Amino acid sequence: MTDSAETRAPAATNRARRIWDSDFVWSFRQTPVAIISFFVVMVLVLAAVVAPLIAPHDPFNPATLNLMNGFTPPGEPNAFTGDQFLLGTDDQGRDVFSTILYGMRISLFVGFAAVMLAMVIGVTLGLLAGYLGGWVESIIMRVADVQLTFPAILVAMLIFGIAKGITPPEYRDQMAIWVLILAIGLSDWVQFARVVRGATLVEKGKEYVQAARLIGRSPFAIMLRHILPNVLNPVLVIATISLALAIIAEATLSFLGVGAPPTKPSLGTLIRIGQEFMFSGEWWILFFPALALLSLALSINLLGDWLRDALNPRLR
Amino acid sequence: MLAYIIRRVAQSILVLFVVGLVAFSMFRFVGDPIDNMLGQERTQADIERLREQLGLDQPFVVQYWRFLEQAVQGNFGLSYRQGRPVADILIERLPATLELAFISGLMALIGGIALGIFTAIRRRGLSANIIMTGSLIGVSLPTFLIGILLIYLFSVELGWLPSFGRGEVTDLGWWTTGFLTESGLKALILPAITLGLYQMTLIMRLVRTEMLEVLRMDYIRFARARGIRERAINFRHALKNTLVPVITITGLQLGSIIAFAIITETVFQWPGVGLLFINAIQFVDIPVMAAYLMLISVMFVGINLIVDMLYFAIDPRLRADRTQGGN
Repeated sequence: MTDSAETRAPAATNRARRIWDSDFVWSFRQTPVAIISFFVVMVLVLAAVVAPLIAPHDPFNPATLNLMNGFTPPGEPNAFTGDQFLLGTDDQGRDVFSTILYGMRISLFVGFAAVMLAMVIGVTLGLLAGYLGGWVESIIMRVADVQLTFPAILVAMLIFGIAKGITPPEYRDQMAIWVLILAIGLSDWVQFARVVRGATLVEKGKEYVQAARLIGRSPFAIMLRHILPNVLNPVLVIATISLALAIIAEATLSFLGVGAPPTKPSLGTLIRIGQEFMFSGEWWILFFPALALLSLALSINLLGDWLRDALNPRLR
Repeated sequence: MLAYIIRRVAQSILVLFVVGLVAFSMFRFVGDPIDNMLGQERTQADIERLREQLGLDQPFVVQYWRFLEQAVQGNFGLSYRQGRPVADILIERLPATLELAFISGLMALIGGIALGIFTAIRRRGLSANIIMTGSLIGVSLPTFLIGILLIYLFSVELGWLPSFGRGEVTDLGWWTTGFLTESGLKALILPAITLGLYQMTLIMRLVRTEMLEVLRMDYIRFARARGIRERAINFRHALKNTLVPVITITGLQLGSIIAFAIITETVFQWPGVGLLFINAIQFVDIPVMAAYLMLISVMFVGINLIVDMLYFAIDPRLRADRTQGGN
């Protein structure tokens, strides 16, 4: 209990050493694509998290906006006010760089939350279906089959539409983000449930589960404490790929006008706004949000690809 | 075989019942139908009378059954927004979507198979590698961004193709087609590419994987040993065996083409059912949403059923384990 600082420090470096030398990190170090995409994701996520600190303007505070600054091209001073903006401004004089930072915040938040929701629902149902079997399994997997008949984006649209109909009009804008999370999350749980069920079926027959059952642990303890840790690898891979899909789904819904409202624009909403100005030559209002979305989705996808290979020993 | 077909059909009908239930619940619980039909000045008697007239005082199951009866006859009531029968609006809009889906499906199939074969045969070639890397970016690129990119390139910068609408259409009485006019065909190009590109990369990757698998088989090696020409091996022996999974996946993709048409139609303001659906969501036009849902489910379930049967008919190896399990 009274470890001196000297003995603990080498232990810590040893552990760091071990992690650094592990297969997982080694594979990461050997894959330039993984390093680059990890770096890109980290920079974008960090920029989104600290957006209020680094954004030159607060795009949601009308007091800081000047309509005279509208349509300033990137890197050039405005003709009337002389103000300069790194990535230009949109029609209302909002700094595009700042709106992207804040938009990415919303995109990432919706993406993460939706995947979390899908993961919790999917893993729970998958564990129950795999471990309990019988009618529980039949019902869960039938529902999954029915939902899989329809593309996820369509399911999400439908849930969004219904939720919009239920919420009173004056709350719609406020609730839009949460409805979006619910819609995307509910449209995406099937993947998790299927994989977890499959893995659970395999684990269920193993000796450690039989042993746990013999000493009288409750089914829920076995599912949570024994089986769950052993089926988490594929869940992690699916979660990463789902995150890219969820971000794209959110952007798509917002772009179609059935997602984040213009008062709280996500990257998709920004692209929707920017599209109107494409024809009149103000390309930057569209281009930079699109670029941000693309680099985010692509690097998360590439990271997921690498993760799938790294966590799957069969492919090595 | 017969037992399997019966089971599959029963399953499909069950799915449609569930979807019908969802559609009906939308009518019943999203907003009050009475509110939607009566104006501000109404008396309690009016409400009671209409409730009775519409059968809303009946038990849930009875109402649901009536709804299904009407739905089967294609009666979904009036659109809240346009005030016209929903069925009329859908029929009017359907040709645009079907033509778009057909052309992009065709493009995805032909392009995907051709590129798939090419990248499999020239596995180590530079151009094949470029195509494969390009396809990875294509998969990450959201559909609507592809559409915007194409509009920017071909409409705004080059000015070759129209950026929205269907062009001039010919009215054939029960069908409107854009195939017969120049502007109609021109308007079709960009949306078709936008919609088909993703499916094309998918089919291409699938054909490539299958083809590589088949090319490793013994009978290909023997064919080569017999001195059969490379072209004959690739196309007559290998391709034939890769097509079974391709057909089934393509069939299933047909459904998602119709769903993704929603996005493409919005980008290009293409007057099809997808755009109708998006507008219905924006304005909470429940009858249109419900009817679209029913329409598209019938299509999906039908396609899935046909594909499953085809699969079953084409590949005899599947029959044994399919009839027992079903998971």
